[in-house]
Amino acid sequence: MLVLDRVGKTYPNGVHALDGISLTVAPGEILVVIGGSGSGKSTMLRAISGLDTPSQGRVVLDGMTITAPHEQIGIIFQEPRLLPWLRVADNVGFGLEQCPTAERNARVARALERVGLTDKARVWPRELSGGQAQRVAILRALVPRPQVLLLDEPFSALDAFTRADLQDHLLDLWADSKPTLIVVTHDVEEAIVLADRIMVMRPHPGRVHEEITCDLPRPRDRQSAAFDFVKRRVLAALDRSLERAVITDDRETKAAAGGGLWW
Amino acid sequence: MSLVSMTASVEPAEVTPAPSNASVARGGPGRLLRPALGLLLPVAVAVAWELAVRHGLASGRLVPPPSVIVHTFADLARTGELELHASATLSRVIAGFAFGVVAGTVFGAITGYSALMNRLVDPTLQALRAIPSIAWVPLFILWFGIFEASKIILIAVGVFFPVYLGVMGAVMSVDRKIVEVGRAFRLSGIAMVRRILLPAVMPAYVISLRAGMGLGWMFVVAAEFMGASTGLGFLLIDGQQLGKPAQIVAAIVAFAILGKATDWLIVLLSAPFLRWEDRFGRT
Repeated sequence: MLVLDRVGKTYPNGVHALDGISLTVAPGEILVVIGGSGSGKSTMLRAISGLDTPSQGRVVLDGMTITAPHEQIGIIFQEPRLLPWLRVADNVGFGLEQCPTAERNARVARALERVGLTDKARVWPRELSGGQAQRVAILRALVPRPQVLLLDEPFSALDAFTRADLQDHLLDLWADSKPTLIVVTHDVEEAIVLADRIMVMRPHPGRVHEEITCDLPRPRDRQSAAFDFVKRRVLAALDRSLERAVITDDRETKAAAGGGLWW
Repeated sequence: MSLVSMTASVEPAEVTPAPSNASVARGGPGRLLRPALGLLLPVAVAVAWELAVRHGLASGRLVPPPSVIVHTFADLARTGELELHASATLSRVIAGFAFGVVAGTVFGAITGYSALMNRLVDPTLQALRAIPSIAWVPLFILWFGIFEASKIILIAVGVFFPVYLGVMGAVMSVDRKIVEVGRAFRLSGIAMVRRILLPAVMPAYVISLRAGMGLGWMFVVAAEFMGASTGLGFLLIDGQQLGKPAQIVAAIVAFAILGKATDWLIVLLSAPFLRWEDRFGRT
């Protein structure tokens, strides 16, 4: 059980990015966080990951307060961030340093097979396509079997076809070990394909605007009427969340949060 | 690539639908031809000079013809002099290079990693770098004597700066996003250095080692000019004082061979660590 207890973040330059969010995510739940820019989605994710520490409140996983990266929490970024000097298989096994070699190799091989990349095991990351690289990044985070997996706009740099493909891959992999997933996105369809629960956030400062439960049966048909109905609800909620937002220069907030590390 | 071979390779490529065949056909002679083209000019000049001296158009006393240089080189090699002087110079370069690389790597890593140490140490080192290193020679002789110590220290100073700058720049410019991957996998201290920072700085490090080696060869000459009884630098001075230009050129050729060989050795030894690089130069 992952609990956020009034988690807030004010950056050193005074930008108030996140305003006291309280939230409980059940084991195996898929929570999708959606919202306009500046709504603190990524700030929240980074606080959960332990890469940044919140300035108020705390993140608690199974009774432990998270203050630094934790082995039960994996994170996937917008870009694959594969280590260019390691071959694909070694990238996938990066988090298994402590594992005996035989077991590590077996787990890596199984993971690669699971997403159809067995033939790429000995290849350098630069030789992969964008979609393949992101699949490898997902495996790298999943292979140590974390209890919680955080995804920060994981597919936003990919074309629509590849994106849909990777969403299916992600759900497949999720079904294997059912970790808690927290996915930040700004793609409404992606939110509905993945989510058990959609959390709409509003900006300046970032806070929860509305929560929408999404219990359509899986696999979800993007063309169905039910899908469309949820989509309208989410779009309406997004509209409302942005209506009363104070429009300030968003770039300022991003620069404050460390430029490229923050979306 | 000459115009002739260009047209010869383009035409069949347009006729035949399989371009791979055309490129294979071009690969054979083209690969041999390219370095040969580079040799054309120096060989032509050498042959022209040789003929000019042979036919009495020039005396060749101050600028010895190639045959005399080859002869001198062979003589030096036969008497063992070449080996004596080359090994003396080579061991100085290696010793100076080793000290310079160790110091440059340590200081570069510290100032690249820690902003505080950078502010503390880097300005001083940059000021020292601005001093032409040859300016140290008189002082080094006073401090360390005219024997090996002052020579090796001078070479080490020359090697230090490019390595220091290279390592500092490389450590500072390691992609923060990659470091964050390391943090997400709970790496810190030694593990972070070993698994993230070291491989990330490797390409720039190799380049700075090559630059350092180049300067090492430059400084060994300066060091041997300041008084030595062995070494290729001594052969240069000796050749000047006794009016033996062929010996000077022979020593220069020896420098070229050794310098190229050590550079090639660095490239060769580092190649296995850099296979992953996505290089423009790799075709």
